[in-house]
Amino acid sequence: MTEVLRIHGLHKRYSHDSAEVHALKGIDLVVNQGDFVSLMGPSGSGKSTLLNVLGCLDRPSEGSYHLGGEDVSRMGDDQLSSIRSRYLGFIFQQYNLLPQYTVVENIEIPLIYQGVRLNAESRTRCVALAELVGLGHRLDHRPMQLSGGQQQRVAIARSLVNKPHLILADEPTGNLDTKTSHEIMTLLSRLNMSGKTIVMVTHENDIAKWSKRIVRMRDGVIESDEANIPDPIDDSGPPLPMHLLEEAA
Amino acid sequence: MDGFSVALVSGLACLSVFLATTDKGRRGLELALRSLWLHKLRSFLSMLGIIIGTSAVIILMAFGEGSERDVLEDIKRLGTTNIIIRSVKPPDDANTNRRQMVATYGLTYSDLEVLKTVPSITRLVPMRIFPQETRRGARGHNSRVVATVPQYADVNELNLIQGRFLVDDDDQRMNNVCVLGNETAKSLFPFDEPLGSSVKLGEFVYVVVGILADRMPTGGTGGSQAAEDFNQDIYIPLQTARGRFGERIMLRAAGSRSAEKVDMHQITVTVEDIDKVRPTGEIVRAILGDPDRHPRQDWALTVPLDRLELVERTKANIRQSLGIYASISLLVGGIGIMNVMLATVTERTREVGIRRALGARRSDITFQFLIETMVQTGIGGLLGVAFGVVYVFAHAGLKALPLAAFLFQEGSPSPILHVPSITWSLSTAVGVGVVFGIYPALRAAYMDPIEALRHV
Repeated sequence: MTEVLRIHGLHKRYSHDSAEVHALKGIDLVVNQGDFVSLMGPSGSGKSTLLNVLGCLDRPSEGSYHLGGEDVSRMGDDQLSSIRSRYLGFIFQQYNLLPQYTVVENIEIPLIYQGVRLNAESRTRCVALAELVGLGHRLDHRPMQLSGGQQQRVAIARSLVNKPHLILADEPTGNLDTKTSHEIMTLLSRLNMSGKTIVMVTHENDIAKWSKRIVRMRDGVIESDEANIPDPIDDSGPPLPMHLLEEAA
Repeated sequence: MDGFSVALVSGLACLSVFLATTDKGRRGLELALRSLWLHKLRSFLSMLGIIIGTSAVIILMAFGEGSERDVLEDIKRLGTTNIIIRSVKPPDDANTNRRQMVATYGLTYSDLEVLKTVPSITRLVPMRIFPQETRRGARGHNSRVVATVPQYADVNELNLIQGRFLVDDDDQRMNNVCVLGNETAKSLFPFDEPLGSSVKLGEFVYVVVGILADRMPTGGTGGSQAAEDFNQDIYIPLQTARGRFGERIMLRAAGSRSAEKVDMHQITVTVEDIDKVRPTGEIVRAILGDPDRHPRQDWALTVPLDRLELVERTKANIRQSLGIYASISLLVGGIGIMNVMLATVTERTREVGIRRALGARRSDITFQFLIETMVQTGIGGLLGVAFGVVYVFAHAGLKALPLAAFLFQEGSPSPILHVPSITWSLSTAVGVGVVFGIYPALRAAYMDPIEALRHV
């Protein structure tokens, strides 16, 4: 199995109001292609810090981080931006869509920063992704006109548009009700089954049990790292057009 | 157009081409327009400073151009190669000096003869002026009788609508002929043909040989050059005047009478070349300044070309103060825009975080906000230019409005569009956008993406 990321001896220290916070105290983690990892832990355990480092938004104080074979732990700001735009897809708890853009324009944003020329072809791909997440009929809506679950679907489509090696999800269902959470998790599971690697932060056991592997953290270290057998997906709903994923992302 | 303007125009053109054609530029432009459109009132209010600044520059420059044109036309009427020497009654010779019944002053025939020897002078046109009522039967007209030589018409660019001007023969033979100014002719001959008729000046009768075309009066210059209204004149040959009126001129005022002896009221000197106007002026000044010739300062010299220099100086002054006004208003406008942009950047912190997470580099964020500020000041500049240009063309109409009389003086110059000022003010506006936009843009770009994403 191909390694997507490898972290070795990772430390992260902040100086916060002259007091030093040691958020990560030596993390070793390998995530393989096709994995679906849940990062769990109480607040202050360092899981968000770890996700920020994984997302190349933050640099480790110590240790190494290889993403797709490249050592990103010593990269400059512009290089990290480039890594984010090529290798990573983000899904946030707050959805984080840009309110001034329509659904399809929001999906296009990562392409802009990848330097891709927006044209009819890229537009077709973005529309296909919107259809994949079930929003083909809402292409010209603004985020404010969509429900939370729909917004999160747009965010998922957006995270797929640059064909990322790794999708990082930060509490993707944190703002959603149980039913919608279920829909979103179904979608993520299907993406994973089609080969997408996902690392997800959550503090809900109900959500974590959708993943294949649960990593628990406490006080900046990994407490446990165990495999999990997800429940079989409830396929009672209409099937997602998974063929679109192969075409589009 | 000078090199500076060319550089500005090409700079603006390059920027527009970049924004319009490149993918990045077009996207930045679209994004900027979109977010400005999202906050229409805010954008407009923050642009106001720029709008006012640029329109002020356009309008003031147009007024500067207008007054320059007015003066230039005046100079042209006076003749650019001319020097005008006038007799001036010296102040110590006022009417209170009772021992001297006849005030003798001014330019003499001897002066005229000496001036004829100056090589650079091609033409000397003397004239005398008598305040004399002109009569024709029962009609009278208070006109200015000007005794002069035939060249006077060329020097003052007088055009005839009927008949002829004075000729040398009239002067030599001391013919009793006259040429009427347009107004004088209308007032003396309201219904019939003036040509060939006769008018009476004092005790003598003169035959009308020509009528002048209507002509705008020249503007006065301080004390040395009175405004002249050629329409009220009557021209007679100089020698005729010498013979008929004598050397003395009787002046009647209410309750008193005085006389003065003036050989010539004015000599208009024409110089062969515009470059020799000033040196010749100095020579004339030296000749007349000789104390043996004129013990008192009873003459004055006007070089119309000097006014050109005055205009240039005034124009430079106008530009300088304009520069200051424009800088102040653009500075204020720029600070206003920077303030709004800082607020915008704070408001859109989360957007910056999202864009950074999705792969935007710092330079992408800087570019985005900088373009937004530049588009804002650019649009402000365009609106200001549009307002200024509209005002310049609407000025005449506005001036005709009933209340405008309080604002605009009679005879104040009309604005003329000064084209380079459009380029200056537009590029300054865009430049203000760069200067005041760079700090908010960098502030956005150097935000910590994690903090920015957490921002509510």
